[in-house]
Amino acid sequence: MINETKGKKMNHISTKTIAGLLLLGLSSLVSASPESDAKAFKKYFTDRFPDVPYNDYINGAYTIDKSGRENWEAIEEFPPYEPFIDEGRAMWEKPFKNGKTFKTACFPDGPAIKHKYPMWDKEKKMVMTLPLALNNCLKANGEKPMKYKKGPINNIMAYLAYEARGKKINVVIPKDEPGALAAYEEGKKFYFQRRGQLNFSCASCHMQNAGLKLRSEILSPALGHPSGFPVYRSKWGTVGTLHRRFTGCNKQVRAKAFKAHGPEYRNLEYFLTAMSNGLEWNGPSARK
Amino acid sequence: MIHQAKSLAKSVVGKKSTILLAATLGLGGLFFSTTASAAGLGVQQTSAERGQEIAFTRKLGNCLACHHINGGVSGGTIAPPLVGMKLRFPDRAQLRAQIYDPRVKNPDTSMLPFGAHSILTPAQLEDLVEFLYTL
Repeated sequence: MINETKGKKMNHISTKTIAGLLLLGLSSLVSASPESDAKAFKKYFTDRFPDVPYNDYINGAYTIDKSGRENWEAIEEFPPYEPFIDEGRAMWEKPFKNGKTFKTACFPDGPAIKHKYPMWDKEKKMVMTLPLALNNCLKANGEKPMKYKKGPINNIMAYLAYEARGKKINVVIPKDEPGALAAYEEGKKFYFQRRGQLNFSCASCHMQNAGLKLRSEILSPALGHPSGFPVYRSKWGTVGTLHRRFTGCNKQVRAKAFKAHGPEYRNLEYFLTAMSNGLEWNGPSARK
Repeated sequence: MIHQAKSLAKSVVGKKSTILLAATLGLGGLFFSTTASAAGLGVQQTSAERGQEIAFTRKLGNCLACHHINGGVSGGTIAPPLVGMKLRFPDRAQLRAQIYDPRVKNPDTSMLPFGAHSILTPAQLEDLVEFLYTL
């Protein structure tokens, strides 16, 4: 309750936050476009960490955590997510009961398709994410859909991420689709909206305080954030999806978590990923 | 804790019973948490001690998440170290107000509105202020 009422109130009174957004050129008040937002977003981090090469931002906290990085690089040599990729490949290739596969039924360009998402679905008039598209495919073919946060979804997502490694992040917000821009704006609002009893926005930690230490942990920069998902997180002891991480972040600030692949998180993914346009996809990856 | 309780016992009771009491305390310390056994004997934490616990505990104040505090491990670097608090906030009410709702002075702050969002109770805020004044 506190979360929602406070959150709404905050939306109106946090003038300084809006001022901050204006500084970043990220507010719709100055009729910013997704392109100029992305430019400002990138500049915010490259100004903050002038020594970090831009292409390095796909590495989460290790982009800036020099001592943690060596450890992480050692882990990536024998990646803990490898078995998940193998399982995922088997899922991709295994025929449905109707004899079709993911590829023949729904994703002819597969398996390297992860870089096409999140995308604006012109027919459904909504942001389509890859996990949602996979489940739609399963349902359309008489198969049981997967759970979104834990379990087999992480296998197939690990495989599909692996197949799209090195492709450029390129989220398109079609100009002839007003719904697409509205969804993007919703995601942006979510990103900068303070929420929860602890009163944090995504930006509080991953922009405003990126690179600083929360106890002994360095806060990762938002730029490039979606690139490495799904991630094998030591804390989870398994691979988890981007929306599982969204849920965890919301819970950590004692806010209401939203439904994985519901409109809030889909729009958030749309905005957040668009901010990293131009960087490479680098999933799956390992995190603490 | 046990140590404090023992010395307290010594000053309260006569010499003969001290040994017995000390033995009981020792046993109590073995079977119960130190706080429980001390509390049972009427030895209470001071307000500042409770305040320190609040400052260091993740589910309570968790001040260490962002601030360096002497005596705490791995304080964060997000906010200034908590030192010289009496000097920085000679007015106790101002220090309390800053913790209660830091947005009043700086709407863009990263600091949590501990009072305004009921993260800490008024009593806990008092203990915390008491602890901060020892820094």
